[in-house]
Amino acid sequence: MCGAVAGGLSIEGLDMSKETVIQGQVSRDGQPVGGAYVRLLDATGEFTAEVPTSATGHFRFFAAPGSWTLRTLAPGAQEDRQVVARLGQIAEVEVALSA
Amino acid sequence: MSRTDSLVDADWVEAHIDDPKVVLVEVDEDTAAYEINHIRNAVRIDWQSDLQDPVRRDFVNQQQFEALLSAKGISNDDTVVIYGGNNNWFASYAFWYFKLYGHQDVRLLDGGRKKWELDARELVADVPTRTATTYKASAQDTSIRAFRDDVLRAIGTQNLVDVRSPDEYAGRLLAPAHLPQEQSQRAGHIPTAASVPWSKAANDDGTFKSDDELKALYEGAGVDLAKDTIAYCRIGERSAHTWFVLHELLGVSNVTNYDGSWTEYGALVGVPVQLGDIAGTPEGGAA
Repeated sequence: MCGAVAGGLSIEGLDMSKETVIQGQVSRDGQPVGGAYVRLLDATGEFTAEVPTSATGHFRFFAAPGSWTLRTLAPGAQEDRQVVARLGQIAEVEVALSA
Repeated sequence: MSRTDSLVDADWVEAHIDDPKVVLVEVDEDTAAYEINHIRNAVRIDWQSDLQDPVRRDFVNQQQFEALLSAKGISNDDTVVIYGGNNNWFASYAFWYFKLYGHQDVRLLDGGRKKWELDARELVADVPTRTATTYKASAQDTSIRAFRDDVLRAIGTQNLVDVRSPDEYAGRLLAPAHLPQEQSQRAGHIPTAASVPWSKAANDDGTFKSDDELKALYEGAGVDLAKDTIAYCRIGERSAHTWFVLHELLGVSNVTNYDGSWTEYGALVGVPVQLGDIAGTPEGGAA
């Protein structure tokens, strides 16, 4: 697909000069996990947004530049990941659930 | 109102799932979620196509609401239990909407779809069939709905509670971070509004915090619950969540939801706007 990022979601239709994107994929034992919940927490740990993952385990946030925490919830599992986002860039985060 | 009148847990729903006088209603931001699966016997209401007027920016009217509930097979004396994704944002919105049109017994499923999924409870794809009814709605109860003039009068005198994320409040973002940010309106918040993000009222799994925690949350933010309170967000769905907390869980009577919210206020000509992390003065201004 035109505009696709290797391994990630397509940015087709987005004006990337105005967006600060955090996106990625949730997996367990190498298999994508759909329907997991990914929560975006700001630098103070305050909740900002939450999305469920797609059938292919993908998620995406339109954030602001800065440091963020991604908290992933799935039945029997919780995983936190730190990420730094920059304007006009895509921060790709792979979340592997251990449980 | 109290917690037991307005909120049920998942065990209660499982025990009443085949009760013909209990109607489960799924209302999601992602309106396609229902088609994949849902709680058994739940019907769907689409917050956009079912609850918004297709032409002007307003709710469906009393007659349209009656037609909708009749078609869904909901009777006036049914117990309606609403649940949805996104920590019950749109489910709370639908709850408030059912109250607006006078439905007597409506409740929320604590934690909504997320808690149900995290508990790995049963979800099915089968769509139930319910016999159509003749539903009678009341005229809108505007004692729980705020309009822009109410909001302007409240600046500096009554409680305004901005329930968006801190970055939206300060004007660093125009929409929740899972939505594209291009918008036509100005960023910021209504001057003198306290910032109490809706998410502080919920646990990670989407259930509501305890009454004591909730009361401390609003009082700690300087919200004097003896005054009138208007809650707002971007389009009125997250503030319906806060309206539910204040009006239904804590039993505060003089609380309204401003469904026009920031997408209306931030597009008005000539009204004061405050930027930054401070509540500000009635005149508004930069941080």
